[in-house]
Amino acid sequence: MADTKVAQMKEKVVKEPSLMTGAVPAKDWWDVEAVFKSGNYCYPAKASMVAYHNKNLPGLFGEPREWDPESDNWNLPENWQEILLNGLKERLDKFRSLKIFMDCCVRCGACADKCHFFLGTGDPKNMPVLRAELLRSVYRNDFTLAGKLLGKMAGARPMTFKVLKEWFMYFYQCTECRRCSVFCPYGIDTAEITMMARELLHLVGVGTNWILEPAANSNRTGNHLGLQPHTFKENAEFLLDDIEEATGVRLNSLNFNRKGAEILFVIPSADVFAEPGIFTFMGYLLLFEHIGLDYTISTYASEGGNFGSFTHNSLMKKLNGKIYAEAKRLGVKWILGGECGHMWRVLHQYMDTMNGPADFLQVPVSPITGTRFDNATATKMIHISEFTADLIHHNKLKLDKSRNDHRIVTFHDSCNPARGMGLIEEPRHILKSVCNNFYEMPENTIRENTFCCGSGTGLNTGEIMDLRMRAGLPRANAVRHVADRHGVNMLSCVCAIDRATLLALNQYWNPEVEVCGVSELLGNALIMEGEKERETDLRFAPLAGMEG
Amino acid sequence: MRIMSPLIAVLALVLVALVTAQVPGGQALLGIILPYLAFALFLGGVVYRVQHWAKSPVPFRIPTTCGQANSLPWIKQNKLDCPSTKAGVIGRMLLEVLLFRSLFRNTKAEIYEGPKLVYGSSKFLWLFALLFHYCFLVIILRHLRLFMDPIPGFVAALEFGDGFFQIGLPVFYQTDAIFLGALAFLFLRRVLLTNIRYISLPADYFPLFLISGIAITGILMRYFLRVDVVAIKQLTHGLATFSPAITGQIGSIFFVHIFLVCALLIYLPFSKLMHMAGVFMSPTRNMMNNSRMVRHINPWNDPKIKPHSYASYEDEFREFMVGADIPVEKELPAQPAEEEVAKAVE
Repeated sequence: MADTKVAQMKEKVVKEPSLMTGAVPAKDWWDVEAVFKSGNYCYPAKASMVAYHNKNLPGLFGEPREWDPESDNWNLPENWQEILLNGLKERLDKFRSLKIFMDCCVRCGACADKCHFFLGTGDPKNMPVLRAELLRSVYRNDFTLAGKLLGKMAGARPMTFKVLKEWFMYFYQCTECRRCSVFCPYGIDTAEITMMARELLHLVGVGTNWILEPAANSNRTGNHLGLQPHTFKENAEFLLDDIEEATGVRLNSLNFNRKGAEILFVIPSADVFAEPGIFTFMGYLLLFEHIGLDYTISTYASEGGNFGSFTHNSLMKKLNGKIYAEAKRLGVKWILGGECGHMWRVLHQYMDTMNGPADFLQVPVSPITGTRFDNATATKMIHISEFTADLIHHNKLKLDKSRNDHRIVTFHDSCNPARGMGLIEEPRHILKSVCNNFYEMPENTIRENTFCCGSGTGLNTGEIMDLRMRAGLPRANAVRHVADRHGVNMLSCVCAIDRATLLALNQYWNPEVEVCGVSELLGNALIMEGEKERETDLRFAPLAGMEG
Repeated sequence: MRIMSPLIAVLALVLVALVTAQVPGGQALLGIILPYLAFALFLGGVVYRVQHWAKSPVPFRIPTTCGQANSLPWIKQNKLDCPSTKAGVIGRMLLEVLLFRSLFRNTKAEIYEGPKLVYGSSKFLWLFALLFHYCFLVIILRHLRLFMDPIPGFVAALEFGDGFFQIGLPVFYQTDAIFLGALAFLFLRRVLLTNIRYISLPADYFPLFLISGIAITGILMRYFLRVDVVAIKQLTHGLATFSPAITGQIGSIFFVHIFLVCALLIYLPFSKLMHMAGVFMSPTRNMMNNSRMVRHINPWNDPKIKPHSYASYEDEFREFMVGADIPVEKELPAQPAEEEVAKAVE
């Protein structure tokens, strides 16, 4: 739990002097130093983790070493500035986005109050424009004529240790949610800038353990927690018992690494082992049983979520590569993906480019409705919400909405499906079909304007709880609004990180509101063949009218 | 400091022009040589910068989707904010470039006791930015009358529309006043809004002062100070036809005006003002959201980066997999225990 009690936090976010509360900062931003103290940074990566990744992708993660952010000596390589500047040059040559985003900002300030980290902390450097200036100032100094001639007058700064500290602090206070990019008149996307900056930081060995360890686990065992194949399978099968207890039906269709299945189903692995993701997983399984889907789950490619995408495009590619490799080995026709945010950013915008072409697969066709998913003709991978929405549209599911009557539901658009994919109506169509009480949060906080959970991109670690509760405030506040107004008690979403982080966020800000995946509510509503009279939902909460 | 130094810089430019206009040959330098030089640097600089950007590839298809994507046929796509076709992208870009679509979304966040975050509509930046840019455009187009003979019909029409109210003599142009008003707004919000003041750099004030200088000298020339309009027209026509000549007493204010314009032209390619070209090349706006339909090619994609192979995965966990009834490619080697038993039997 967070260090600061919620009552105090409620005061602090409104009253403590910050740019959000109208206080004028005493110093220019380039004169304010980043100070690391316990609670405001993620723990550095262990040397063994850095060594593991360096073995697979030489040179991208720096020298394995122990270091302490609070110290003034980070044991950096002697030529660290040179490494960073060369790295920046390389990225300017590789990414047009970076050049454009470095050159075009006019500092109009439209992005300033769009960032959840800024809204929750009031820290000037959490305004997307200033976060980008941390990198831009160095870019100007070494790569532009104006910067070389005019120096500070042109907003240029040499790459110093002070700047490096700012990078580590503020590029790990950005969740790559892209909200600022919606409002920017030139579409400048801080997610892109943060990705570049994190790649650079990794080059000199500055990275966090909460990202590099799960990434190493994903690489080796297939899932980020490092579950070995038999444990992964056991965990999943254990949920069959729970399903049986709740519904009276023993599912037979769950299987692993089966060659010749029609569909490979890839999930964010947290859905197999962590509440409330496991209830979402039960929903998937009930759906597949309900329609008799010929699918398999791979223990080798058991992680759709991509921790590599929080570090370096090469590691993103390496981890993502397993999905196509496994689809090919198993000989499936197409791939179905579970509910996950960053996973879908990678699947939608990067996978085919990085690891395609998937010419050994077929364009996804729903075996139940015959719908051909023409929006995935190249990647051959569709989202479970697309698949389910199509089933519901064609009346292929037997549903009893009233089984979610004990829930008053709202929907959190996860950043990446909303702003990196455009998956907005499909989950809503499902929700409206499986529950009677559905209310939207305010317009400025949903769809493309949605607010991040505050802990994406590998920031959902316990050591920065206060920060996370602040960064999640805009989302929590919108939930508060519908909880007060409509009695909302269930926040649904299509993201595994959300299911973990919104849980903590709500326990802090809105303790009466629970968190679920959309497929969990679907699972509650599905009328299964041979089922018993349902008294509870999948998490064993009594249904409406069954409370006695 | 952030405000004063760019202001001093612009005032210094004014002073340089005033002095140079008085020295022999100075007027030719300001009125003939410098305009050609500035125009060449402007064109060359813009072309260079655009080419410089274009040299870097766009490795990934990363549009920011601001609405429902192309999905199932019965789900209505937002074709302008989340385009999946070329026509859609052109529509999105036109909205962005001509109407500042993204700025139109602007809101203002405030936090109240509770805590309660409120996002109010905030269209002033959009409105004044739009006014500023369109007035600038009209003013530039109006200036074509100085360079073209005969004056094109649309220029005459613009002038007529701009001076529609027929106030004063010479006729007062509304754009002049709106332009100054918009500039004042853009300046004042930089100074008065705490967070905007905090992010502003000298490079943000300098173009505001420079463009204000151009506008003010232009207005002074047209409405208040006497200049020899015939001589100016002769010079500008001459510039356009590559036969420039300075005749008569043009008046120093004209040389200040043209000097500041030249400074702007030279400054532009090396500054944030390049956003006028950059907006067209922004990958989050100018790409189709069709990355699952059409494979986007990354020219530096490294085929050598392979996933941790299934074979090595199975090698590491085969025993557990077999034990858990997970299918494997290679069976476990015969049990050593059995081998020993077999040997013993022999």
